[in-house]
Amino acid sequence: MNDLGDARNDAERTTRDEIAPHLLPGEHLLAIARLDLGPRLEFREGRVALTDRRLLSLPGLGAPGTLDAWSLSDVSGLSAGDRGGLGTLQVVSTLGLLGRWHYTLGRAREVTGLLDAWDSLRAGRKPTASSADVSRPAGEPEVPEALRREEAPRVGTLFRLLRFARPHAWWLVLGISLTLATTAAGLVPPLLTWPLVDDILSPYQEQVKIVREDPSIGEVEREARLDDLRRNRSEPFSAVPWYLLGMLGSALAAWGLGWAQGWVLARTSERISADLRNTTYAHVHSLSLDYFGAKRTGDLVSRISSDSDRICYFLSDTVTDFTADALMIVGTAFMLFYMDPILALATLCTFPLVAWFTYVTRTRLTEGFARGYRAWDEMTSILADTIPGVRVVKAFAQEHREVERFKEVNRRIVAANDRVNRVWTFFWPMIAMLNQVGLLVAWAFGAWRVYDQRITVGVLTAFLAYIARFYSRLESMTRMAGSTQRAAASAQRIFEVLDRQPSVPEPANPVHPGRVRGELQLKNIGFRFGNRRILEGLSLAIRPGEMVGVVGPTGAGKTTLLNLICRFYDVSDGAILLDGEDIRAFPTLEYRRNIGIVLQDPFLFYGTIAENIAYGRPEATRDEIIAAARAARAHEFILQLPDGYDSIVGERGQTLSGGERQRVSIARALLIDPRILILDEATSSVDTRTEIQIQEALDNLVRGRTTLAIAHRLSTLRNASRIVVLDQGGIVQSGSHDELLAAGGLYRSLYEAQNRRDIEGDPDPGGPAPVPGIA
Amino acid sequence: MEDTASRDRPLLPQTSPVPTFDGERASLSLDAFGRLVLVLPGAGPLVGVFPVRCFPFSAPTRRISLCDPHGAEVACIEDLTRLPTPIRELIEGEMARREFLPVITRILEVSPGGEPSAWHVVTDRGRTRFLLASEDHVRRLGAEGLLISASDGVRFRIVDHKALDARSRRVLRRYL
Repeated sequence: MNDLGDARNDAERTTRDEIAPHLLPGEHLLAIARLDLGPRLEFREGRVALTDRRLLSLPGLGAPGTLDAWSLSDVSGLSAGDRGGLGTLQVVSTLGLLGRWHYTLGRAREVTGLLDAWDSLRAGRKPTASSADVSRPAGEPEVPEALRREEAPRVGTLFRLLRFARPHAWWLVLGISLTLATTAAGLVPPLLTWPLVDDILSPYQEQVKIVREDPSIGEVEREARLDDLRRNRSEPFSAVPWYLLGMLGSALAAWGLGWAQGWVLARTSERISADLRNTTYAHVHSLSLDYFGAKRTGDLVSRISSDSDRICYFLSDTVTDFTADALMIVGTAFMLFYMDPILALATLCTFPLVAWFTYVTRTRLTEGFARGYRAWDEMTSILADTIPGVRVVKAFAQEHREVERFKEVNRRIVAANDRVNRVWTFFWPMIAMLNQVGLLVAWAFGAWRVYDQRITVGVLTAFLAYIARFYSRLESMTRMAGSTQRAAASAQRIFEVLDRQPSVPEPANPVHPGRVRGELQLKNIGFRFGNRRILEGLSLAIRPGEMVGVVGPTGAGKTTLLNLICRFYDVSDGAILLDGEDIRAFPTLEYRRNIGIVLQDPFLFYGTIAENIAYGRPEATRDEIIAAARAARAHEFILQLPDGYDSIVGERGQTLSGGERQRVSIARALLIDPRILILDEATSSVDTRTEIQIQEALDNLVRGRTTLAIAHRLSTLRNASRIVVLDQGGIVQSGSHDELLAAGGLYRSLYEAQNRRDIEGDPDPGGPAPVPGIA
Repeated sequence: MEDTASRDRPLLPQTSPVPTFDGERASLSLDAFGRLVLVLPGAGPLVGVFPVRCFPFSAPTRRISLCDPHGAEVACIEDLTRLPTPIRELIEGEMARREFLPVITRILEVSPGGEPSAWHVVTDRGRTRFLLASEDHVRRLGAEGLLISASDGVRFRIVDHKALDARSRRVLRRYL
């Protein structure tokens, strides 16, 4: 993050150097804006600079164009505006337009700096070097949003899992050692067949053959000699049980070791993936609200749950098998070369072919799996979207369309998987075939080597046992290419979440707020979401304990204002000060501990009422919980629930009406005793009678706290000492209710519109109690 | 942060708006119709009050509210166990009459297969059968307890699932 800041300072320094040659002797540079669009809105670097004598316009380094300069005495105005992401800066004289430039909003801050310098110059003050940055605490990066994300190579991403493996290093070492031992035990049996054939079976068979085919002896004699062989030459056969015992022993050892290895690695991988889940979930909570706005719930849920599970499976099964297979392959190759290097070389000729073929297929598979996952995400997103919103779906009779939407996504999953399956199903019989060919070559070449008297049949037997093992291992290894790619894609998706930097950064040198007095100052704040300008140049000072109401039409920026005060987002321009300190200097958690929020549609978690009230202060006593509920006018309705304060609410719990939930949420805010209180349309979703009860509850809550209340119903603001009227991102009116009414304007028209509506009948937007699990 | 939080007590009303009933200054009795009559100091008798536990599971004997027949709270009891025995028995008797929460002591049979499932159980109030709509209606109470809500609204309690017999425990395993 600091790299970004440094890079920007470097750029600024370079730009100053660019302009320096054009300055007159004694002329001082005050501000520069680097613009990035040309006159026909093509991307082109340009510079507009303000000095104490002139306004200069010149092309950026390497860009075409000429230098323009206007003496400040000719310039009567410098202004900027933006629309739809395009900013325009223009300079006018008393006679007309002098110049006009365009820029993208990434450069808006620099233009603001230029305008500030111009304003200061006009006012006769000496402008500071970059006035736009003054309000920012030291050490803070310029761009809060850090979306840097390098595109890591896919399988390489798996190595990033090592960070999570480190705490379990010893278990992993144990697991790998056991794998090694298992592999070694598996290599023993073929080795024992070699002496069995060459030293025992073949010589004996030779002798039998000689006797059988000796034409010089008669039938009786032949039988006697064979009998003699059976009886007297059985001495080498006494070693046979030992060889067999050795084979059995190594099989038993391989079984026991394999069991231990499997258990150790499964245990470890389960813990690694749990760590991965915990880390990802904790990281998700450190991200600011805008991330949740942009990321769909289903996608996030599937990343934390299924992707981590896929990695767990990969770690416990694939990695182990892969290691075992790789070791086995190296081991058998070693044995093959030890027995007969020429034969080994000849039989392994298909190996490079298999390796190359696997490599080519792998890349195709990766793309295919990634496409499949994206389709899968879309499907989970639809589920996460429509199941909670089922009331709306049913109300608008759109079940059919939702089913169609689901089918469509499902069709895409099938299509994506079909592609993968085509590659996959072709791939692996192909490997099997190549391996068969390899085996055939081994037989052919082996037979020739025996004929050539270079090797014995025993060697060939052992050799073929090894080569069969080699190819079966190779085959299972290539089969793992699939799950490896799957795991790599999953790891990538998890790291995408983990790599995301919170856009509300923690301060480098935090100031601890402790318990604040509650003096809020909004200094010329602006906020932009994407390229939409939502708030601009808004200033407001609120004394400790004062209640300020915020009214205005929808889209005026009321909720954004509250979000900025809660620091769910950071301001784009200006600063918010609490007790004279920029709120960005406080650790986010400590700052928010001073804030209580009551929202329009309060969210209750699955749990008892008591737990929900004590959400912000779990250590609260029962008496405190009851006192808060009483003050919030919630106590009596809670008593009427079947289990009192122990009743379960939230999803799958007891159904509460909007007003009841609202009062629980007021009790929740009361219990943390915040110095600053934010009310966002706290009474707008309930009927008039409930509103009165909530109003009483709110009166208890507001007392003695700095309160900022957004209200649709102006009656909610009867206790407000001041009301500000917001329109199009700025304050248009401010004063007491009576003053505003007398002044006319927007407030009066809002008031009159509301009175008219109230006379015509209470609209009662409360509606029926929500159905549990749906609301 | 922690010490500053405890320094300033919450800005909650320090005195509760309803009087505390401690059995000394107020009286509670049973009238001829079996109704509870509460007489608070400086007020006439209130007939038909009933006790409600605020925390029936997490703290059954603490914080019991006395409500008038309309459900409005008129007095509250801090700690039931500290009341004089006759009054305590009066309240406990009234609560026992109002609270129907059979305790399951043995599970005889649960229909195999999916939801809803039919249960056949032995409770402290005798044998019964009930239908459980889904496993969502089984709720944990503390570490060992369970609360099972049957589809007809009756609720059953299991005090300690570990203390049940092996068969019952095996049935419960999928709901834990």
